[in-house]
Amino acid sequence: MSIAAKDIDIIAHLARLSLTDTERSDALGSIASILQLVNQMQAVDTSAVAPLAHPFEASQRLREDVVTESDQRETLLTLAPSAEQGLFLVPKVIE
Amino acid sequence: MNLNPGTASPNITNPNITNHSLSAIARALKNGDYSSVELTRAYLDRIAAHGGALNAYITVTAERALAQAEAADARRAKGESQPLLGVPLAHKDLFCTAGVRTSCGSRMLDKFIAPYDATVVAKLDAAGMVTLGKTNMDEFAMGSSNENSWYGAVRNPWNHALVPGGSSGGSAAAVAARLCPIATGTDTGGSVRQPASFCGLTGLKATYGRISRWGMIAYASSLDQAGVLAQNAADCALLLQGMAGFDPKDSTSAQVAVPDYAAALHQPLQGLRIGLPKEHFAEGLSLEVEQQIRAALAVFERLGATLVEVSLPNSHLSICAYYVIAPAEASANLSRYDGVRYGYRCERPKDLEDLYKRSRSEGFGNEVKRRIMVGTYALSAGYYEAYYGKAQKVRRLIKDDFTRAFQEVDVIMGPTTPGTAFALGSKTKDPVTMYLEDIYTIAVNLAGLPGMSIPAGQVHGLPIGLQIVGRDFDEARLLNVAHQFQQASDWHTRTPPGVSG
Amino acid sequence: MTWETVIGLEVHVQLATHSKLFSGSSTRFGAAPNTQANVYDLALPGTLPVLNAEALRMAVQFGLAIGAEIGLTSVFDRKNYFYPDLPKGYQTSQLAHPTVGKGALTITRDDGSTQTIGITRAHMEEDAGKSLHEEFPHATGIDLNRAGTPLLEIVSEPELRSAKDAVAYLKKLHSLITYLGISDGDMSQGSMRCDANVSVRKVGATEFGTRAEIKNINSFRFVEKAILVDAQRQIDLIEEGGKVVQETRLYDADKNQTRSMRSKEVANDYRYFPEPDLLPVVIDDAYIAAVRATLPELPDVKAARLQSQYGLSVYDANVLASERATAAYFEEVAQTARDAKLAANWVMVDLQAVLNKNALTIAQSPVSAAALAGLILRIKDNTLSSKIAKTVFEAMVAGEGNADAIIAAKGLTQVTDTHAIEQLIDTVLANNPTQVAQYRAGQEKVFTFFIGQVMKESKGKANPAQVNDLLKAKLAGN
Repeated sequence: MSIAAKDIDIIAHLARLSLTDTERSDALGSIASILQLVNQMQAVDTSAVAPLAHPFEASQRLREDVVTESDQRETLLTLAPSAEQGLFLVPKVIE
Repeated sequence: MNLNPGTASPNITNPNITNHSLSAIARALKNGDYSSVELTRAYLDRIAAHGGALNAYITVTAERALAQAEAADARRAKGESQPLLGVPLAHKDLFCTAGVRTSCGSRMLDKFIAPYDATVVAKLDAAGMVTLGKTNMDEFAMGSSNENSWYGAVRNPWNHALVPGGSSGGSAAAVAARLCPIATGTDTGGSVRQPASFCGLTGLKATYGRISRWGMIAYASSLDQAGVLAQNAADCALLLQGMAGFDPKDSTSAQVAVPDYAAALHQPLQGLRIGLPKEHFAEGLSLEVEQQIRAALAVFERLGATLVEVSLPNSHLSICAYYVIAPAEASANLSRYDGVRYGYRCERPKDLEDLYKRSRSEGFGNEVKRRIMVGTYALSAGYYEAYYGKAQKVRRLIKDDFTRAFQEVDVIMGPTTPGTAFALGSKTKDPVTMYLEDIYTIAVNLAGLPGMSIPAGQVHGLPIGLQIVGRDFDEARLLNVAHQFQQASDWHTRTPPGVSG
Repeated sequence: MTWETVIGLEVHVQLATHSKLFSGSSTRFGAAPNTQANVYDLALPGTLPVLNAEALRMAVQFGLAIGAEIGLTSVFDRKNYFYPDLPKGYQTSQLAHPTVGKGALTITRDDGSTQTIGITRAHMEEDAGKSLHEEFPHATGIDLNRAGTPLLEIVSEPELRSAKDAVAYLKKLHSLITYLGISDGDMSQGSMRCDANVSVRKVGATEFGTRAEIKNINSFRFVEKAILVDAQRQIDLIEEGGKVVQETRLYDADKNQTRSMRSKEVANDYRYFPEPDLLPVVIDDAYIAAVRATLPELPDVKAARLQSQYGLSVYDANVLASERATAAYFEEVAQTARDAKLAANWVMVDLQAVLNKNALTIAQSPVSAAALAGLILRIKDNTLSSKIAKTVFEAMVAGEGNADAIIAAKGLTQVTDTHAIEQLIDTVLANNPTQVAQYRAGQEKVFTFFIGQVMKESKGKANPAQVNDLLKAKLAGN
C-alpha cells in the first residue's frame, strides 16, 4: 500500500487542513515513509488474534442520572473567538 | 513576610537551597530550616536568572506561586505536616490550570485559559504544593526532542546544543537544571522516560488508569498516562502518592487501591527476578550504552537479584502499531480545535470551510498536522482494516508478550533509549528516524504497563537511562527497585555542568 | 406498469434522562442558549465522558420491548465529521456493537390487519447542538444546549411498502417509547425525528432501487407526504428515462416537495473507531432480568387483553391501547361503570373530541375517569337519556361538577314515571288530531313526529324507550 498525491488532498480535506504546494509534497514524502515503516506489521499473521482497543481491559463505569452542572455560559463564552447573544458565531452556513 | 522565625539561621551555610531533592525539602520545611515562601522565591530567582537559556518554561506563575507558598506556610504554622506541603513543582503545560494559560505547546491554545484544574493539579494543589509554572513541551505531546513547540525548542542542561528529549522536555530540563525540584509529565510513547534518560533524571510513567487523565489534554487517549520527572526514586514515590488514585470523572481511571509508595522503597531486592528482553539488547543499541546498562545490571545482581533472559518477540512491531494507533486517536482528539468555541481562529474567515482550514493550518505545527493526516488516512474507508485494525491486533500480541514474560520475572529491564541525547536539528528532517528514538519505550504504552527510567551511567559525559517495566499497578515495586539501586550507586546524584548537586 | 415503494426508517428518539449521555448537564428543553452546556459538552481540552446509567437502562428496556438481542458488550465509537454544532468534531455513537440488536415491531393498519417489521438495530449516541441560521445577517449562531443529549437511533429493515405503513410504524414506535417512558416522543420539540430511506421498484422486482434519504421529518403527517412525494418523484424520473441518485434530501412542507441537500453532497468518510475515552459497556443476565422486571404491559399485549377481557373490537382495542394513559383511563371507566362498550364509546368519541379540540393529553383531561364512570352509571340506571347525558358531559367539561351534581342542579333527571309520560302523550295526541288520523290511516312515518313532540313536551327528559312503547300502545287505541 502506498499513498498518492490525490490521497493527500482527500485526507487534508477530511482533517480540515489546507496545505501549500510545498507542504503537500513534504507531507506526501514523510507520510509515505511513515506508512512504509508501519507496513512492516503487514507481514505478521494476525488472523487468530483478537484486537485490543484499550490496555485497560475493564468495563465502562456508569454515572447516576443526576444534573450536576449549573449555567456556566458567562464564563465559557469568554473563551470564544466570536460570540453574541449567548451564541457562538461562525460564518454563515448555507444549507 | 516571614511566617517562620526559624528560617534565618541554621542553613545559611548552604544558601543554594534549590539543589535539594523533594525528600530533603520536605524534611527542611518540616524542621523549619526554611519556609515555602523562601524556597519558592529562590526558585523564582533561579528561573529568572537561568530559565531563558534553556527555554524550559512556557509560563512562570510567580505571583500565584508565592500566594500558594504563603498559604502552605500558614497551614504548616497551624500544625499540618504532610510531605508535599509547601513543596514547589512545575507542571507540563498540558495539565489544565484554572486561571493560568494551558498552551499544550501550541499556537492553537496560546491564549487558552481553562476554567478548571486537571485532577492531577487539583490534587497536588490540595496537598499544598506550589506551582512555579508550566513547562515547555512538544506541541500536543507529539515529539521526542522538544523541538516541536510553538514556543521554541528546549535545550538540554547537560549540553545546550543537544535536545532534552520529549515530549516532556521542559519538565526534564527544568528538574535537571534545578529550576524546580520535581515536575509532572506525560508519557504516550516514552515522553517521560526518554527525557529522563537524556537529562539524567528518574522518570516514572504510571500504569494506564493509575492517574486521572481528566484535565490532561489528550494526544492519544488509550496511550496517554501521567508521570513524574524527579531527582530520585524516593521523590518520585512522594509525588506519585499525591497524583495517583481513582477519579470518577475519568472512565478509564482504575478503582485499584493506592499503596504507600514511600513505605515500599526499603524492601531488599534479594530474590528479585529481572527479565532482560533479548530484543532490547540487539542491533540498534549503541555498544557504549549497552556496556553501561550491563554494569548497572551487575549492581542489581550484587543486591541479590537474578537476571533472566526473556523474549518480547513482537517488540519490533511496537513502533508500527504505535504510529497507527496514536495518530488515529490524535486525528479525532484534535478535531475539537476548530476555531469555534475557544482557541486560535484565523483572521477574517470567508466561510466556514475557510475558518476550519485556516484556523487549523495556522494553529497547528508541522508534526501535529503530519500525525493528524497519518491518523486520518489510517482510519479512512478502505484502509481501516489494513492499518487501524491490524495495529489493534499487533497491540494484543505485544501485550501478550509482556504477560508471558511477567510469568517468569518481577520486572523487565533494558536501555531506555538506543543512545544519548542527540544534537538539536539532527533528526528533524526525517520523522521516521525521530520515531525510532522510542523503540524501547513504546511497547510499554501499548500494553498500558508502568515504566521508569533511572540514571544508570554516562557515555561521553552524557547520562543514559535504564528502563524498568513492571506489572500492572506495580509502581511500588518499580520504585523499590529503583530506590535500592540508587542506594548502591550515585548516577542519580550527577548534575549537569554548572548545576551543583 | 405498477410501482412499489420500499421504505426503511431511521428514527432518532431523545431519551428522557435528566442529564446528558456523558455529562451532568441538564437536558431540559427550551432553556436560554448555551446555559446547559458544560466543559465536556463544549469539548474543552482534557474533559472526559462518563456514561449515564439511565440512558443505558432505557436502551435495554427498548430492546427488550421489541424482543431484540441485547448486546452484552456494547462499544461506543467515534464518528468523525466537522460541523459547528458538533463540538468534539466526532459524534460518540455505536457502530459494530450496538446495545440493541435485531428485533421486531408489529404494525396495525386502520383496517385491523397487522404486519411485523424487522428492526435492524438500535444504538445509543449523542445529539448535536443547534445551528441558528436566521438570527444574524452574516453569521450562524451555535447553541450547544442539545449537544450530548442521549439519543436512541432505531433503524428498521426496508420492509415497509407504503407511506401509510411508515406512519403506522412510527405511531407504533411512538406508542412503545411513551409506554416505556423512555421518551416524551414529542415530535414538535424534536424528541422523535425521522429519516426515511425511500426507493421504488417495479412490482415483482427482487432488487432494491437506488434510495434517497429524506432527512429530519418532524411530524407523522409530513412523513406520509414526504414519502409519497419523493416516491412519485422517483417514478417520474425513471419513467422519463432518468436515474435516481443516492443522495440526502430535505422535505419542504410548504412546497410539499423534497430537494437535494447539496451541502451534504461531498462524500463523507466518517472514520469510525472505538472511542478510547470510554470502555466497553458490559451487562450481564442479571442486569437484563432486572430491567425486564420493570417493563410495563406493552401495547400489543394490552390490546389483546382489552379485546378478550372487555369484548372490544380489534380496532377499538388497538386505539385504546396505543397510549398507556388512555388504556388506563378506559379500564378505570369500564370497571367503575361496569360497562365496557359504553366506556369505550365515551372515551374514544366524546372525550377524545374534547381533548382534540383543546389540544389536551388524557392526563390533562378535564373529566376524570371516575367522573366519566359516574355519568355512565346514570345512563345505565336510566336517570339520563344518552342525549341528556351529552349535555351533562358538556357541563362536566366546563367544570360544573360531577354528573349527579349537574343533574340535581339542572333538574335533568330522566322522566321514567309511566303515568307522567302517558299524560304527556295524551296532551300531544289531543293537540294533533290530524296526525293521529293520518297514522291510523296507515301513515306510520308520522310516528317519529309524535316521538319528537313528546320529547319536546318533556324538555328532553322523558325516557325515549318508554315514550316509544307507550306511544305505540296509545296509538293502537288503548
